[in-house]
Amino acid sequence: MNFELVFRHWDLFLGGIWVTLHLTALALFFGFLIALPASLSLARRSRFSPLVRGYVYVFRGTPLLVQTYLVYYGLAQFEFVRESWAWFFLREAWWCAVIVFSLNAGAYGAAILRGAIKTTPKGEIDGAKSLGLSERQVTWLVLMPSALRRALPQFGNEVVFMLHGTVVASIITIQDILGVGRTVNAKYYIAYEGLLSAAALYMVITFTLVWVFRRVEKRYLRHLDMDAGKARKVPGKVTGKIAAGPMMR
Amino acid sequence: MALLSLVLSTALGALGAAAKLSGSIVPRAITHAYTTLVRGVPELVLILLIYFGGQRVINQIGQALDLDYIEISKFWAGVIAIGFIYGAYLTETFRGAYLAVPRGQGEAAKALGLTPLATLWTVLLLQIMRFALPGYGNVWLVQVKSTALVSVIGLADVVGLADKAGKSTREPFLFFVAVILVYLVITWVSGLALRYAEVRANRGQEA
Repeated sequence: MNFELVFRHWDLFLGGIWVTLHLTALALFFGFLIALPASLSLARRSRFSPLVRGYVYVFRGTPLLVQTYLVYYGLAQFEFVRESWAWFFLREAWWCAVIVFSLNAGAYGAAILRGAIKTTPKGEIDGAKSLGLSERQVTWLVLMPSALRRALPQFGNEVVFMLHGTVVASIITIQDILGVGRTVNAKYYIAYEGLLSAAALYMVITFTLVWVFRRVEKRYLRHLDMDAGKARKVPGKVTGKIAAGPMMR
Repeated sequence: MALLSLVLSTALGALGAAAKLSGSIVPRAITHAYTTLVRGVPELVLILLIYFGGQRVINQIGQALDLDYIEISKFWAGVIAIGFIYGAYLTETFRGAYLAVPRGQGEAAKALGLTPLATLWTVLLLQIMRFALPGYGNVWLVQVKSTALVSVIGLADVVGLADKAGKSTREPFLFFVAVILVYLVITWVSGLALRYAEVRANRGQEA
């Protein structure tokens, strides 16, 4: 083992960290923008909901790697894609990754948020209506804030999952943390050091995120009394809670 | 491949859960480190580590023992890596399921004079299975999708083959769409099977 080589290239790894975090943040941001309307459409069975359901099903039912390949390698085969304005983005591995990861995050986010909307207590909505709020006000001032809060734990998982998903970017030539680790490995013909450093970096980032989310949850879910200290046992059917540790989906 | 690694991860998961629940501190610490490590690091990084790193370790052992050069096949490296990773998730699933079985069940069995092994086998195991089913199905679905990653170490799974075929025919789009359909069918069928299994397992529990 010789980690000196890794330390000598700390600037590469720093760049890798930046790329990974940047990619994760962009995907989550755009994914969130997709998830908001998509989840509402799913929960309310609007006209578009079959379409949205199809989108969510395809993106959740197939590997991220294949989705990325399809866009990065697949779309380039068509002449009209290469001639259209979209080619400006699609010929860049970076934008392909951003697009695919955003769509993927959007699909998972929509599914999460749909669940949270569905489990909103009916009284909350009725109460808001009886106060004379308009339909739109009920949705954006009462329903969504409440659903978003309750979806926080799953969003935390989603963030970690997305972070781990971004390693796929290294396969389409992007120099994220794993990409750098592999470059360093290949350059000096070593087997572990680059990968081990990458693994350690991912671990640090993951547990920082988990910690941050735990703090945020404590703050915003205080009213639900989730940290009351007494573990309530739910007889009968198992809810997702029991099986779900951090980043389980 | 997915099936083989599922077998491995189930075994690891059961072992891990048993260790995590056991009273003594050493197995608990080991499994804690195991699940923490796997959850903190992306799958692909672990697969690469196990494939390239594992190869090195085996060679060094081989050299020390004066054996010929041994090459681990990519297939088995993939199976072991994925089994190893999802074993950690199943550890948590099984642990949760075990804890979900009411304590009285085990105590009653003890009161009837059953040995611990008999208690586990005849009374608890079936109930654990019932509680573990939703989580187990979840892990299976994620696991199937993660097998796509083994194409990165050069294994000719559906993704690897499609990549090759797409490159030689210059029609990658077609082949990747086909791959997507394959995965959709797998998830769809597994979804159906799981729902059936859950309904069957919960027959006795009309809520």
